[in-house]
Amino acid sequence: MATRNTTKIARLMMAPSVIALFLWMIVPLAMTLYFSTLNYTLYNPMSQPYVGFENYSYFLSDPTFLMALGNTLILVVGVLCITVGGGILVALLLDQAFYGVNIVRLLVIAPFFVMPTVAALVWKNMMMNPVYGVIGQFLQSIGLAPIDWMTEVPLLAIIIIVAWQWLPFATLILLTALQSLSEEQKEAAEMDGAGALSIFWYITLPHIGRAITVVILIQTIFLLSIYAEILVTTQGGPGAQSTNITYLVSQQATSFGDIGAASAGGIVAVILANIVAIFLVRLIGKNLDA
Amino acid sequence: MARKVSTGRKIGMTILAWAVGLLIFFPILWTFLTSFKTELAAISIPPQFVSFDWTLENYEAIQTQSNYFHFMMNSIILALGSTALGLIFAIPAAWAMAFSPTKRTKDILLWMLSTKMLPAVGVLIPIYLLFIRFGLLDSRLGLIVVLFLINLPIMVWMLYTYFKEIPVDILEAARMDGATLRQEITKVLAPMAVPGIASTVLLNVILSWNEAFWTLNLTTSSAAPLTAFIASFSSPQGNFYAKLSAASMLAIAPILIVGWFSQKQLVRGLTFGAVK
Repeated sequence: MATRNTTKIARLMMAPSVIALFLWMIVPLAMTLYFSTLNYTLYNPMSQPYVGFENYSYFLSDPTFLMALGNTLILVVGVLCITVGGGILVALLLDQAFYGVNIVRLLVIAPFFVMPTVAALVWKNMMMNPVYGVIGQFLQSIGLAPIDWMTEVPLLAIIIIVAWQWLPFATLILLTALQSLSEEQKEAAEMDGAGALSIFWYITLPHIGRAITVVILIQTIFLLSIYAEILVTTQGGPGAQSTNITYLVSQQATSFGDIGAASAGGIVAVILANIVAIFLVRLIGKNLDA
Repeated sequence: MARKVSTGRKIGMTILAWAVGLLIFFPILWTFLTSFKTELAAISIPPQFVSFDWTLENYEAIQTQSNYFHFMMNSIILALGSTALGLIFAIPAAWAMAFSPTKRTKDILLWMLSTKMLPAVGVLIPIYLLFIRFGLLDSRLGLIVVLFLINLPIMVWMLYTYFKEIPVDILEAARMDGATLRQEITKVLAPMAVPGIASTVLLNVILSWNEAFWTLNLTTSSAAPLTAFIASFSSPQGNFYAKLSAASMLAIAPILIVGWFSQKQLVRGLTFGAVK
């Protein structure tokens, strides 16, 4: 198949995608890097003096930035714990024999298709509102004080909302991995007298280990960029208690017009994401028999 | 799966699984119910589950008061536009990589994947400035291009994994039997490629429909899709629970249905073939 002629045609067929992605990646990234060394605001766009690393030192020493960095990590780790832990449990449950398995599957994966702004507003108003929200009313009915989620524990509130959106993703992928586990292996272990827990620990968990890694890495990529859920619920507040880097940088650029500082923040975000990306690309590359 | 399970255990599992399923689904179910309540019933204490006067007034209000169709049309145009553009670019690329792979194919695929990992804020500022400069802010065209670019790596990957499964021998067999190139494509390849392309389209429509970073940052009104429309309920309109619910149901229903039909493909597309 791969004669010289077809190789040439193949290159031609790939060229548009490769060029488009190359431009999309390289041009804005180079511009961001360039802007990050300028004192450049939208209110005074004519004057853009070169300031070297000043934006970075400003950004890195800004307590809001440090808080946003911490929040970003808490958000990612918090959501990962809930979705991976919960995902394993729900996937194990869906792997059992019960009536209506297909319908329950549909119910479980549904949150994944809910757009972020809807998920966030429904949770904020109808679930978490301390007076009218379902959670508040439930807590009151069992004699507990309702929680004002958005002001008392804003970051936890966002973690819960985002975890609800991503739990189906983790469940679906872990379930797919579970279902490729051969039944004979489990039966053999059972014959040898292994209990349910040791079967899970020594057979099931190693089998789905790769899928867990994939879930963690892919979710991390998306979780580093959480934006809409913060915008429509807490707007990063109170103070900067629920601001993450993505939200902070977007606000710097579109609300405050500080292009230089926002660019420096953007570059920091790129570096963070790259650390994760390297592992993910390696992992997927290993699996690719191209 | 074929193991014998005692009926008692199965009934127990059924109760547990349905309880968990309904708990996870509850916010959507609650939104659905609330969308048929009056505003007063929506905030009644204690909450009313089904014993309220069902009404369609919220759906009517959404249509008449807030120009819902404008946002709906934008969502449809953005999702279909970016998907169509994506197919034009991705099908040839994936085709070439699947059928005439070279030593560098794997590197190109992984490089494409890595562009997907570039965080949006890393490129937001230049794109925002370029959009202002060229008058693309709040334009459908600009957003279609951005959505196309952020999803292109996923489209190429997904199509590639599907095309890889088409047996090449069948092509040679068709050629031996004297098929022309045209027949080869229309009679042999297309029927085998269509399911993969269809799944890719579904996933891409879902992702574009729900995309809420670029659509919120680059639109204000005229190109704003449903994500932005719903965001406008954040306050103080969000206090109108019944209307918020009706608007939310209208915004998620189409994609929920599409998503339910394409759950298998979703795993494949979103894990870049790493989990099948």
